[in-house]
Amino acid sequence: MKLTDEEKAMLDGHRGKAHQKAMELLVRYGEALGCERFVDTDNVAGVPGTSNVFLENHYKQPGDRYDVIYSLFDLDSDEVIEVPRISVNSCHLQGGVDPENWQTLGMRPEQLRISQAGEASAQSLGIKILKTCTPYLAGNVPKKGDHCAWMESSAVVYCNSVLGARTNTEGRESTSAAMITGKIPDWGFHRDDYRFATHRIDVQVPLESLMDWGMLGYFVGEVMGERIPVITGRHSQPDLIRHKHFGAAAASSGGVEMYHILGVTPEAPSLEAALGPNRKPQLIPYGKAEQRRTYETLNARGKDPNVDYVMLGCPHAALEQIAEICRLLEGKKIHSSVRLWVFTSRAVRAVSDQLGYSKVIREAGGVVITDTCSAIGQALPPNTKVAALDSAKQTHYLPAIMGIQAWFGSTADCINAALTGKWNGVAP
Amino acid sequence: MSTEPVRRSLTSGLAGPGTLIRVRGRKVVGGVTEGAALVTRDTISGWGGVNPMNGTIIETRHELRGISFKDKVLVCPGAKGSSGWSAMFHTCRLAGTAPKAVLFNEMTTKIALGCVVMRVPSMTDFDRNPLELIETGDWVKVDADNGVVEIRKAAVAASSAS
Repeated sequence: MKLTDEEKAMLDGHRGKAHQKAMELLVRYGEALGCERFVDTDNVAGVPGTSNVFLENHYKQPGDRYDVIYSLFDLDSDEVIEVPRISVNSCHLQGGVDPENWQTLGMRPEQLRISQAGEASAQSLGIKILKTCTPYLAGNVPKKGDHCAWMESSAVVYCNSVLGARTNTEGRESTSAAMITGKIPDWGFHRDDYRFATHRIDVQVPLESLMDWGMLGYFVGEVMGERIPVITGRHSQPDLIRHKHFGAAAASSGGVEMYHILGVTPEAPSLEAALGPNRKPQLIPYGKAEQRRTYETLNARGKDPNVDYVMLGCPHAALEQIAEICRLLEGKKIHSSVRLWVFTSRAVRAVSDQLGYSKVIREAGGVVITDTCSAIGQALPPNTKVAALDSAKQTHYLPAIMGIQAWFGSTADCINAALTGKWNGVAP
Repeated sequence: MSTEPVRRSLTSGLAGPGTLIRVRGRKVVGGVTEGAALVTRDTISGWGGVNPMNGTIIETRHELRGISFKDKVLVCPGAKGSSGWSAMFHTCRLAGTAPKAVLFNEMTTKIALGCVVMRVPSMTDFDRNPLELIETGDWVKVDADNGVVEIRKAAVAASSAS
């Protein structure tokens, strides 16, 4: 890699051990990519120094626990360094434990202790503790063209596609190194020529609801893999929540990190602008048959109509979604055999508390939980066998991780299951 | 891409038992090793796709579901899914369940960083498609430092999912 004088100084240790170890990791990573240089970043989102029971037991080295985990795991260093104060604008994404509802989640006291110790250390170093997969709904909204280094595939695809900022899907080690150095490989989505669409998805069915957009996203991920689509055709104007569910789904069934929607997203004012030099994109239709097949795929892990768990908020619920859940629940009680957990960020829950939304959900028998979700926290209500979900992303992951059945449908289908204990979802 | 039909014995009959095939590629992570191949045409999810405690693939519809890549030379198209890819395979290294080497076709930040922190010889950008030359069970020598892969065809072609 071609390093600037500033980067060489870091690598040679002139800025101290932490910058040296972080730079060593970034150079190994840049060389693996076949990348020639770094780009400066002042917006990093990761999970710096997050520990868990496995890492606590694995790393027995002496020293401050946060420094030990950050050095040996995050920076993949063979020696423990002292993590300096973080001057790069950095935030912590979702974690495993809601400090208010950890017992509901079935977490052990040790898990809470590890989580809170890490959080206190990160905060003291200047890292903003957002504890959400939706930093863009909780105070971190980069502008068009900003170079970012973000983890969380659903946030990455939102950052590139909806905001027009620039990030690859970074990992824990690269974001933690970028928090110290302010550097990330200038590869992939940081570069203009990487951001053009190669395929055109032509939507031939009306697309309105959140569920419609989630299914399209799941289809797009399956057919596109890592590639970049431009969406055209018979769709409504997606709002923020539809973008969130569409992108999250496409980044789960596939590895979509950026999409264009003609006339909607910032780099697709015209088909020509979205496609750049790719004059003859492959055309992929999304009609009734594709939609139906996607619905069946998503519901392939649902057999038993008796639902005992309803999970909403993947990616973390926006305020409008919490309001919608309240509207569907108001004055009703969920079925005695069902648990309803709604996951969101601390920021959105704080507003939900003030607006009385959390109370409505609580009085109906549900819980609003922050920081995590059932997949990230590997946390289910006791004896869960069958879940109902309104997120294609969560439907992709949860049955695989937790070995349960899952139904996929609309938010209303899920609330209906919470109230009756039965799945009555309707295919599109 | 994951919707592509699985073709398990694509190369059967093309190269007989004991045949030696040599492929050149680019070093991703340096080092030299050898071992039995585990081949998949499905891209691999890290977080939510593998269990790092035993190195098995857990993704619901993956053709290698239930199979462990521990100590294998993993041959795959590339990575997909969550940004937790590197941390999950990093954890595999710590738990002793990492593959011995990784050979892949599609470069992404996920697989680049994952191979770096697994610290196993890794290669990409091959002059011939390793997915069409290597079958599960073949003996594969990976010399990432010199950009060379040597494939010794197995005596009996094994199914990629056995």
